[in-house]
Amino acid sequence: MDVAVCVKRVPSTDTRVKVGASGTSIDPTGVQYELNPFDEFAVEEALRVKEKTGGGTVTVICLGPGDAQKELRNELARGADKAVLLKDDQLEARDAYSIARALADQIQKLNVRVVMMGKQAVDRDNGHVGSMVAAMLGYACVTEVVKMEIQGDTARCEREIEGGAREVVEAQLPAVFTAQKGLNEPRYVKLPGIMAAKKKPLEEVAAPAVAPKLTVVEMSLPPARQAGRFMGKGKEAVPELLRRLREESKVL
Amino acid sequence: MKRFQGLDFLELEGELSEEERMVRDAVRSFVDERILPLIGKCYEDGRFPSELVPEMASLGLFGPTVPEEYGGQGLGSVAYGVMCRELERGDSGIRSMASVQGSLVMFPILEYGSEEQKKRWLPKLAKGEAIGCFGLTEPDAGSNPGGMLSRCKKDGTGWVLNGRKMWITNGTVSDVSIVWAKDDAGVVRGFLVEKGTKGFTAPETKGKWSLRASVTSELVLDDVRVPDSHRLPKAEGLKAPLSCLTQARYGIAWGAVGAAMACFEEALNYSKDRIVFNKPLAGFQIPQMKLADMATDITLGQLMSLKIGRLKELGRLSHFQVSMAKRNNVSMALRISRVCRDMLGANGILLEYHSGRHMCNLETVYTYEGTHDIHSLAIGEAVTGLPAYR
Ligand SMILES: Cc1cc2nc3c(=O)[nH]c(=O)nc-3n(C[C@H](O)[C@H](O)[C@H](O)COP(=O)(O)OP(=O)(O)OC[C@H]3O[C@@H](n4cnc5c(N)ncnc54)[C@H](O)[C@@H]3O)c2cc1C
Repeated sequence: MDVAVCVKRVPSTDTRVKVGASGTSIDPTGVQYELNPFDEFAVEEALRVKEKTGGGTVTVICLGPGDAQKELRNELARGADKAVLLKDDQLEARDAYSIARALADQIQKLNVRVVMMGKQAVDRDNGHVGSMVAAMLGYACVTEVVKMEIQGDTARCEREIEGGAREVVEAQLPAVFTAQKGLNEPRYVKLPGIMAAKKKPLEEVAAPAVAPKLTVVEMSLPPARQAGRFMGKGKEAVPELLRRLREESKVL
Repeated sequence: MKRFQGLDFLELEGELSEEERMVRDAVRSFVDERILPLIGKCYEDGRFPSELVPEMASLGLFGPTVPEEYGGQGLGSVAYGVMCRELERGDSGIRSMASVQGSLVMFPILEYGSEEQKKRWLPKLAKGEAIGCFGLTEPDAGSNPGGMLSRCKKDGTGWVLNGRKMWITNGTVSDVSIVWAKDDAGVVRGFLVEKGTKGFTAPETKGKWSLRASVTSELVLDDVRVPDSHRLPKAEGLKAPLSCLTQARYGIAWGAVGAAMACFEEALNYSKDRIVFNKPLAGFQIPQMKLADMATDITLGQLMSLKIGRLKELGRLSHFQVSMAKRNNVSMALRISRVCRDMLGANGILLEYHSGRHMCNLETVYTYEGTHDIHSLAIGEAVTGLPAYR
């Protein structure tokens, strides 16, 4: 079965974020990028769907700058068959809608019945794109999937809900699935895969311009954490500590 | 645990191709996720983690430069070097296992073997379904392998082997041992001796305090009969085993840099967190001087390994150049591991930290594949034209 996977290139999770001069996006100097961690689960599941259904093509799609070829090549090395880079060097100017629109148009061209994505991208943390793409395409959408199995034209999925509870749903294909941690254990990129990836197609096309419906007007870092305060020592300090927790910090 | 960054002061990683960087990242995550969590315990128990062999094989770590038709991946020399560097960032013993399998077993079979030998062994070795070892050193012939006492004697259509090899990595666990011995005319020949051959045993060498996560063995050959089809037909003379060592040393020159990078990063992170006299250790001048020296030495080692890699890809690398890189990078790594061990204070002696283990391992790396001093003689010969080995 053919599968499309949408992946995003995000600042690596150990980046010390600084706000850029514009005041609306992060300062990219010295930032290292990597594949959005949730998207690794999405790619792995796409490969498993292909393997379990006895073949097909896994296409990875990324909307991002030219440098994102690196992340795409890596997913080809992991086992995907084709990659499409929807190139846009001004990714930060897009909102979830404008990203989803471009991805949905691309997915439509591929004629796939299963679309995998991460449950959210860890840069902006909106978690919107998967559901939006599904809505735009008129597909079913199952978010935060921790287990999935495809039989014929239905997908039986487990998803996490409040308080660690699980819900089992059945979705009619075509559908968009967003991956939650725990869905699978992503396979390693292997040296033979790296050599094979050189021969796999990586197509680069300009991402269609789509006006955003939402703009970031300000971005700021959390205030620096204040130094701790000593309330005194031993039992005698407890009433004062409780009073302050109740009245000042209002945590009790 | 903080993710490994890898010192890259001169942006040398930018000199790597996309493929080479992907190899780096692939091996780096394997080391982080599979080797580092268990290596301290393996070292303590004196055990090679053989459970990792299938995974190492599927990752493509065994003989990746071998052509695809024999089960390799036709990887370039720099990519292979990067692989060794990243593996040894984990542990010299693990890298040794892969070096022996690839450079000292698969390489000689590919280079000196018959088509039948290549077909029989290379795919199995690449898949980790067979393990190999390389027996050159003897109790009384280490730096001077030409002084070997092991003998091969023509006997009808086959050969009879007699002798003893020592310090052989992977020996006990090998399915195929490449054994070097002299014939009646004093010509060194190579043989593929299979596990279970009558008269052949490979007891493990115990009591090591270095390279403990690697199997080291003796090979005992007592009237071992092998057919002529087990002889490497194209290997004649000491040049053959020495050419294998050049391959392995090339990987060691890269590998040692990985061990040094591991120690440096551990000591750097530790000294930034460790408060002494009310401020971070890294904020004092003496530790900073050590860190500056180490960063510089590692960078020089990185430059050297990258340059020999590019020369090797052009087919222009001489064994003298490999000697320089092996000698420099290993002694650099050993020195750095000692400094880092010290900077960790008492914690430095715990196996929970890595510098002390690297330090002990590197003592072996300093000695094997040509001791530091023997490589001094090689470089000396290259610059003076006067061999001074004997
Ligand atoms: C853990 C481990 C794994 C090993 N794995 C393998 C393996 O897989 N296969 C294999 O064949 N071998 C292996 N070796 C053996 C290794 O290659 C030898 O130990 C090495 O070549 C040195 O030989 P030696 O121990 O006999 O030392 P010696 O040759 O006795 O050297 C002792 C000292 O004398 C110095 N020296 C020697 N000759 C001269 C000279 N002419 N001028 C000045 N100084 C000199 C040396 O530099 C050294 O300092 C391994 C060794 C170890 C420790």
